[in-house]
Amino acid sequence: MSPRRTDTGGRIDRLKTIRFTFDGTAYTGHAGDTLASALLAKGVILLGRSFKYHRPRGLLTAGVEEPNALVTVLKGEVREPNIPATMVEIHDGLVAVSQNRFPSLAFDINAVNQLGGKLLSAGFYYKTFMGPVVGPLKGTRFWMFCEHFIRRAAGLGSAGSAKDTARYERMNAFCDVLVVGSGPAGLMAAKAASDQGARVILADLEPRLGGSANWTGETIDGAPAADWARRTVAQLEGRDNVRLLPRTTVWGYYDGNTLAALERVSDHKDQPGKGEPRHRHWAIRAKSVVLATGAFERPLVFPGNDRPGVMLAHAAERFANEFGVLPGQRIALFTNNDSAYRAAVALKKAGAAIAAIVDVRPEPSADMRELATEAGAELLAAHAVIATEGGRALSGLKLQRFDMSNGALNGEARSMHADCLLMSGGWSPTIHLASQAGARAEWDAARQAFLPPKPAQDGPVQRWIGAGAFTGSFSTAAAMAEGRAAGISAAGATNTPAALPVVDAVPGDPDPAPVFEIRASGKSFVDFQHDVTAEDVRLAHREGFVSVEHLKRYTTLGMATDQGKSSNIPGLAIMAEALGKPIPEVGTTRFRPPFAPVSIGSLAAERFGDLRPERLTPMHDWHLANGATMYSAGLWYRPMIYALAGETVEQAYVREARATRESAGIVDVSTLGKIAVQGPDAAEFLDRVYTNMFSTLAVGKARYGLMLREDGLAFDDGTTWRLGEQDFLMTTTTANAGKVMQHLEYFLDVIWPDLKVHVTSVTDEWAGAAIGGPKARQILATCVTGTAVGNATLPFMGIVRGRIADVPVMICRLSFSGEMAFEVYCGAGHSTHVWEALLDAGKPFGLVTYGLEALGTMRIEKGHVTGAEIDGRTTARDLHLDWMLSKKKPFIGSAMMDREGLIASERLELVGLIALDNRPLNGGAHIVEEVDEANPHDSIGHITACCYSPALGKYIALALVKGGKARRGTRAHVSDPLRGRFGPVEIVSNHFYDPDGNRMHG
Amino acid sequence: MLITCPYCGPRDVIEFTYQGDGNRARPEPASQNFEAWNAYVYDRLNPAGDHNEIWQHSGGCRAHLRVVRNTLTHEISSVTFVRGHHGSASRPEAEDRS
Ligand SMILES: [Zn+2]
Repeated sequence: MSPRRTDTGGRIDRLKTIRFTFDGTAYTGHAGDTLASALLAKGVILLGRSFKYHRPRGLLTAGVEEPNALVTVLKGEVREPNIPATMVEIHDGLVAVSQNRFPSLAFDINAVNQLGGKLLSAGFYYKTFMGPVVGPLKGTRFWMFCEHFIRRAAGLGSAGSAKDTARYERMNAFCDVLVVGSGPAGLMAAKAASDQGARVILADLEPRLGGSANWTGETIDGAPAADWARRTVAQLEGRDNVRLLPRTTVWGYYDGNTLAALERVSDHKDQPGKGEPRHRHWAIRAKSVVLATGAFERPLVFPGNDRPGVMLAHAAERFANEFGVLPGQRIALFTNNDSAYRAAVALKKAGAAIAAIVDVRPEPSADMRELATEAGAELLAAHAVIATEGGRALSGLKLQRFDMSNGALNGEARSMHADCLLMSGGWSPTIHLASQAGARAEWDAARQAFLPPKPAQDGPVQRWIGAGAFTGSFSTAAAMAEGRAAGISAAGATNTPAALPVVDAVPGDPDPAPVFEIRASGKSFVDFQHDVTAEDVRLAHREGFVSVEHLKRYTTLGMATDQGKSSNIPGLAIMAEALGKPIPEVGTTRFRPPFAPVSIGSLAAERFGDLRPERLTPMHDWHLANGATMYSAGLWYRPMIYALAGETVEQAYVREARATRESAGIVDVSTLGKIAVQGPDAAEFLDRVYTNMFSTLAVGKARYGLMLREDGLAFDDGTTWRLGEQDFLMTTTTANAGKVMQHLEYFLDVIWPDLKVHVTSVTDEWAGAAIGGPKARQILATCVTGTAVGNATLPFMGIVRGRIADVPVMICRLSFSGEMAFEVYCGAGHSTHVWEALLDAGKPFGLVTYGLEALGTMRIEKGHVTGAEIDGRTTARDLHLDWMLSKKKPFIGSAMMDREGLIASERLELVGLIALDNRPLNGGAHIVEEVDEANPHDSIGHITACCYSPALGKYIALALVKGGKARRGTRAHVSDPLRGRFGPVEIVSNHFYDPDGNRMHG
Repeated sequence: MLITCPYCGPRDVIEFTYQGDGNRARPEPASQNFEAWNAYVYDRLNPAGDHNEIWQHSGGCRAHLRVVRNTLTHEISSVTFVRGHHGSASRPEAEDRS
């Protein structure tokens, strides 16, 4: 006896066979199946192991709230863990594996945790591992020892380390009415709103729109409800003002009626279509929102309620009616309300035998008695299930008489054979989005549920209207009436009476009996995914946790990936009973986004992968065509090295740097930020912005400048060229170009609006090439026309205008490499032309192109700082740039830069390091006085940049070291435990090479 | 969140850069009043309610805007140019060339 596929019924396509594997075994299913329904149809009921106790678990639900059957889906090397099997649509080639079991699902050695159940009760981790060491097996140290084993045993699926190659995208959408949920209420709302001409978006997390109409077996206007839903969807599909979004989970409700949704565009396909992303993130701005998100059925809490074969009543109804799968052959039901009776009849119709309906209520109504008879079920009123039997699958259950007025069990226990037990503990409206929008839920004693309040409609911030089961209206007829009214009202029209579709449904009272738990011996689960039992909740209460928020954290109730969709209310009810308070006084927790897990990729979207913007210098294509290996630096792409055949990175940059120092080298510096600072007050403005003077700078000269932030820390550096009396060209570091621009704009717009200065970003207008080395001037002399480039015309920091290959250029003699060097700027469109002319001119002189690695090497040799040293924590003094701090004028940061903490002697200061063991150093490695490989401690600083220095023939680095200047000439050690690199270094000045600047001054 | 730029119209918050508490008063550049500098650089009001903020329309006209935003509801009750001379708050009409 086991679950099986029925011959007829359901909305799967029996003619289409789909092949997939689960835990390495090949299975077949049908188009329309979820992984859950396809496996259930094949009799696979053991789908997972529980979080703490590794108890066997099967399907509890058929939808998004599934806590047990979590699987990992594998796509090549990429693994996505913790997806409910109920949400995975099967497709050819699907590979899924179960989780949290070792070595296999059927035989799990960690299941011995069940024997030591006491050990893992609520607060176990806190009690055992946190706090001071008391005895050998307690405290934080002990936790560090055990963590590896516990993390392996307790947990969900493991994340993969392979790069996710799927594409994700973001979409903005606007509409008059967003309808969330496409059940009868949602469909009616979408239809009514679109009838009014409103632009409507209808989103539903299921692949098939229609919600409960797909599985209740009711009839609407004489046809099966599912057919009515299909027809209505087809009608909406044809409307220009309606956008349907199936497979789309609306997961966040933010201010200004902005909602976030995740569309699973191609997860259900073996290959995404051309240009199709895997997921699409929707930011939907809606004038008003109709929440028709339905309700979740609640489990009942009784011993053994987690055994595979025990599931929610409506889930079984759904499997039978929607997927043509019977979850058992001999089914018993256990309920506190009427809705389970409809499930019993549905399953009977689908071919199962109904063993019994166990109802906690003493007197089920005449209607229910009739339904029980129709289902062929023995009706056991005033009874309760007190245990389940079987190993990894249910084989039977135990019942006893139950008095719901006091929860007492009495009389002889009776055994009953069943391979499936369906439970229904009433329904909880899915109020998550309303709660996110700020609505405080209200307890309804009749419904035994938190209902959304009537939202304030005059507020400017949130506008939503509820409909259907979401509001506690559990009958289809009521849901449709509410949906229609909500749609009309959301569209801004006035509701007028009109004929509604006629629903033929089985009778039923929507109000359950207030019974949440049957107290008998054995583990009764409240939170299935986090393995929290009723006893855990009571234990937490006994230990003094009275607030529901504390209870959650202590027991971890409702904190798993399902966020307690099925467990919150039963947990609260048990807590309320323990406290002796009514449920509303215990309170409910506020729901926060996301409603269901969201892929990180969808949030990152075009910021990664092939949709990410790229910034290319105007010479980019030349670099590619001439053997450059490119780096990405922020959005920019820059040459790293131009390697010759067979060269390693180190060989290439050492060759490039050496050739530059011996003859000449040229590098693309077009990425430097360039800002035109113009106007009568431009010089005054620069005096305020830079730490040093610019008003004294002569026209036709450049000066190196340093900026601080308002708090006195170093911000950015670069040279600024005075092109005219009121015309400056400022350069910034590549990384800070945007920040410096905003900084300048802020001060001009907000702080000094009286200054007559205009700033314009001209980064993309100018291309730049830096050419340096002993032969650099000779090279320029052969190709520059219209100006001399000798010392007299072009001294250090001088600027001239001329032409190269007929193109106007601006040349400034300044040096980053430490060599006699020039920056040649030209209009971006001429850049390759000028670049090639420079290379041609340089050929006889041995000019080489060099990349960022050689650039970095030469700047480390010179001890120049970059963003690695200007890291937002260093001051000008730390970097030995205090000579640039003018005492003649105030500047941004001058008031704050001399604070006690910023001039202390033990600050990290810039130094140079030489590896005494002649081995490469690593960026980020710590510097220590004494090496202790086993127990690294007492870092005195860290390496910011490192290289092999061809000029010194040594491995060198720049570092920030405590009291660094005073340590020059002493020894220390690198300590890099992550990379296993330890060794002695000498601390020296950061100016390794040509400290007096003889080479660049020529 | 939407911010209605007086020049560009209502735009998504993604186009704007928050540039800090609008209540800060920068001391005179040469001021040696350390308390005032400290207050300017570090002290923030952090009210639960209306807050005077500076936002730059960095993905648009790049003007700095004084925005009064309710920190509890994100409701924006006022948006003006920080700098006075941007003219009227209405968007200039396109010239009719037909
Ligand atoms: Zn604007």
